Amino acid sequence: MRKAICTRLRGCGGGRLAAVLGTAALLAPAMHAAAPTVIAIRNAKVVTVSGPVLAKGTVVVRDGLIEAVGENVTVPPGAWVVEADGLTVYPGLMTGLSTWGIPQPAPVPSAGGAAGALQALTRGTATAPGQPAPPPARGPEDRPATTSWQRAADLIQMSDRRLETARSAGFTTSATFPNRGIITGHGAVINLAGANTGSMVLNTSAGLFTTTQTAGFSNFPGSLMGVIAYIRQVYLDLEHYEMVKADYAKSPLGKKRPVYDRALEGVAAAPRVLMPAVNAVQIDRMLRLAADLKVKPVLYGVHEAYKTAELIRKSGAPVLVNVSWPERERDADPDVEETLDVLELRENAPASPAALAKAGVKFAFYANDNAQPRDFLRNVKKAIEAGLPFDQAVRALTLSPAEIYGVSDRLGSIEKGKIANLVVTKGDLFQDATRVEFVLIDGQRFEPAPELPGAGNPFATTPSAEELEELWRLLWGEEGDAHSHSPRGVIE
Amino acid sequence: MRGLLLALLALPLTAADVVIQNAKVLTVTKGEFTGSVVVRDGKITEMGPKVMAPSGAKVVDAGGMYLMPGIIDCHSHIAADAINEGSVSVSSMVAIEDVLNPEDIDIYRALAGGVTTANVLHGSANAIGGKCAVLKMRWGKGAREMIFQGSKPGIKFALGENPKRRGSPSASPIGGSPGNLRYPATRMGVEDVIREAFTEAKAYQAEWKAYQAKQILLPPRRDLKLEPLVEILEGKRLVHAHSYRADEILMLLRLADEYGFKIKTLQHVLEGYKVAKEIAAHGAGASTFSDWWNYKVEAADAIPYNAAIMVKKGVLVSLNSDSAELMRHLNQEAAKTMKYGGLTETEALSLITINPAKQLDIDSYVGSIEPGKQADLVLYDKHPLSNYARVQKVWIDGEMYFDREKDMSDRAAREGRKKTLLEKQRRAQQEQKKNVPFRRPQ
Repeated sequence: MRKAICTRLRGCGGGRLAAVLGTAALLAPAMHAAAPTVIAIRNAKVVTVSGPVLAKGTVVVRDGLIEAVGENVTVPPGAWVVEADGLTVYPGLMTGLSTWGIPQPAPVPSAGGAAGALQALTRGTATAPGQPAPPPARGPEDRPATTSWQRAADLIQMSDRRLETARSAGFTTSATFPNRGIITGHGAVINLAGANTGSMVLNTSAGLFTTTQTAGFSNFPGSLMGVIAYIRQVYLDLEHYEMVKADYAKSPLGKKRPVYDRALEGVAAAPRVLMPAVNAVQIDRMLRLAADLKVKPVLYGVHEAYKTAELIRKSGAPVLVNVSWPERERDADPDVEETLDVLELRENAPASPAALAKAGVKFAFYANDNAQPRDFLRNVKKAIEAGLPFDQAVRALTLSPAEIYGVSDRLGSIEKGKIANLVVTKGDLFQDATRVEFVLIDGQRFEPAPELPGAGNPFATTPSAEELEELWRLLWGEEGDAHSHSPRGVIE
Repeated sequence: MRGLLLALLALPLTAADVVIQNAKVLTVTKGEFTGSVVVRDGKITEMGPKVMAPSGAKVVDAGGMYLMPGIIDCHSHIAADAINEGSVSVSSMVAIEDVLNPEDIDIYRALAGGVTTANVLHGSANAIGGKCAVLKMRWGKGAREMIFQGSKPGIKFALGENPKRRGSPSASPIGGSPGNLRYPATRMGVEDVIREAFTEAKAYQAEWKAYQAKQILLPPRRDLKLEPLVEILEGKRLVHAHSYRADEILMLLRLADEYGFKIKTLQHVLEGYKVAKEIAAHGAGASTFSDWWNYKVEAADAIPYNAAIMVKKGVLVSLNSDSAELMRHLNQEAAKTMKYGGLTETEALSLITINPAKQLDIDSYVGSIEPGKQADLVLYDKHPLSNYARVQKVWIDGEMYFDREKDMSDRAAREGRKKTLLEKQRRAQQEQKKNVPFRRPQ
């Protein structure tokens, strides 16, 4: 005998999930903390990802976990029931890369002190206004722009308003990374809600995040070459550090104590390394660098995967595709004609996921850090239009990122025993008209926040890594000031 | 990317066999003749007025045009995504090889100017710069296939105004940067930086020797900055030193003698004519411009006779470009040395072929048309030392990488594709505008 029944989602309670009947259930809306522990979503189309799509299935969630899924599942007594005819249940969406949960510093000031602020950013520490910038790094030994000991799991804060915006678009999970500097720190797989930050964390070492950002000509490393040389030296240092440490641990007597190096400790602990690679040249370059360093790379960006899918497949590396596809800048000079190469990239980048799927490369999606989560999903649609099968697109937002980060045993598909992260929609994902009805995170229900006019956009103020890099280029120029200026060109 | 798949093949490409017939062949080292050159497996196997064409070989009728060895540019900055690591005065830890960009269009344009090999150098921001890469202009191939197999590693040094540029507190265009207030600020300081670096390198070398002699148990920490300097001391890495003034050239040669290493080439070396004997005595090569000077104070005392005077004093001289534009007509630069200094045709051509090959230690592979050498060949319609000469075809390792006719005939297709994409983009933008709902300003 069921104690609670309900509710055609849009049928009652003004479009909200409403619970009726049963004393406990009647009290529930008032007592948010006493949310239902058992939820049954009945007669929905269930996209399990790991198995076949169920045309009319039921998903039962108990205590934050998926208890049962199937076409002939009995709704247990005491369950809250969502009559989900005409709705679709997917595993909660997961971005393969973001800073969601790590509050971002205020936007870079546009004038006065911008340079110092940028330098501070690449060091992973903010310099308070009026304080002098730290002295320039003189070499790899200064561990410039390195905060490899940082863990996203320790940095996340529930106050980040982007969490709610992302949930409202259907996201439940993020691979969240600190993104400022060259070796920025460890990512974490996090849920986008929880009782506290600790309960949001699913995994504390999703990988080590690296970039090729430089802080201008005056700081080592001041060039892409310098960044790569620096990373090479760090890994050589690590090898030596571990050898010396092991030797000392074996017999410390009469030996000089190895100097503790938190930067190397952080690098050593990485199960995989995220490396930036947007175009074919960068993809080739980073795969070779990863092979030299003997690390397991995860490339992010990969807009020219349509040219290099086979090369990536052979490397065995998974990739994160940035679905913020290249676009002509809004304020681009209309009289400047772009090169064929630029046009080809813009035309073909959305075909990259299809090429990766065809080659059998494991890939997940992410978007620029300042992209609206809704636009994120709209951009996935462009990949589908360019040939990516729909189910592969869903996989790249659910099971594939879970596999890439080693959490697919608990997340990423609708299977018995997995974490109850679900998204329930009216309409197929990626369509403009599709509406997110609610998401479950650890079995907790969250409805999309109403879009309030003038409420401010938490994504608007965050410069993306690409934008930061562009800003640096603007500030210092690619090669800085050591060129001589001559009427015929540059003497080196 | 074109040819990335080939990146995984360990072996170089084997091109089809080629016979180039009916050409006026300027071998540079073995005189001139009218006849044929036979290429098998990427190498020149036979040449002369009459040759045996191997069966199945592709026959190219040169129609009486001029065939010369591919041009070698001893100083270039193309095909790389970064040039200067200017933050430090010794940046020997960085390598051009790490940042090669095989899609740089300047590679193709260099080919169109007859260049088949280039020494891509780090910039001149520091006394000891980064590691260089010798590349073949294999347009369409991946970064790894660009690298000249068998070439000796090199490194950039720089003297004078560029490395001593100290920066200023207001160096940044927006006024917020502390600038690059690094040492050195004088020519004396540049010398000191090099001395200090090699003193450090010798200590590092001694540490490794002690380890190899089992005097210490654990290997020392590998240092990417000092390793290349030890290689210089051991003669395993070639020094290409950016220099202008006679006094600093002498300084560097003496410093190298003192520390027991060689300067392989002096680059630019605009005052080389003043100290040509000393340069020859050290055994350094000189890689200079024909008539490019006065772009800064230390380049004021140059003369167009520089190359010819150094040649006559026994210096191994080459002409380089240091510029993606100049790179496309090095043949004309070579011709200028005939007017200024009276070099012969062969001497002039040597400045851009066999001499730079020797300066890069690749003369056993390239630099002249000789049996056994790699088939890097350029076909000009006129004599290459003529202003009217234009490159028609270029082969590298017997494979054709530039063909003027093909370039011309491909242009229409490229233009068409571009038009299609631009039109598509224009329509998409219009569509987007249509779909933006009207919003009341808030």
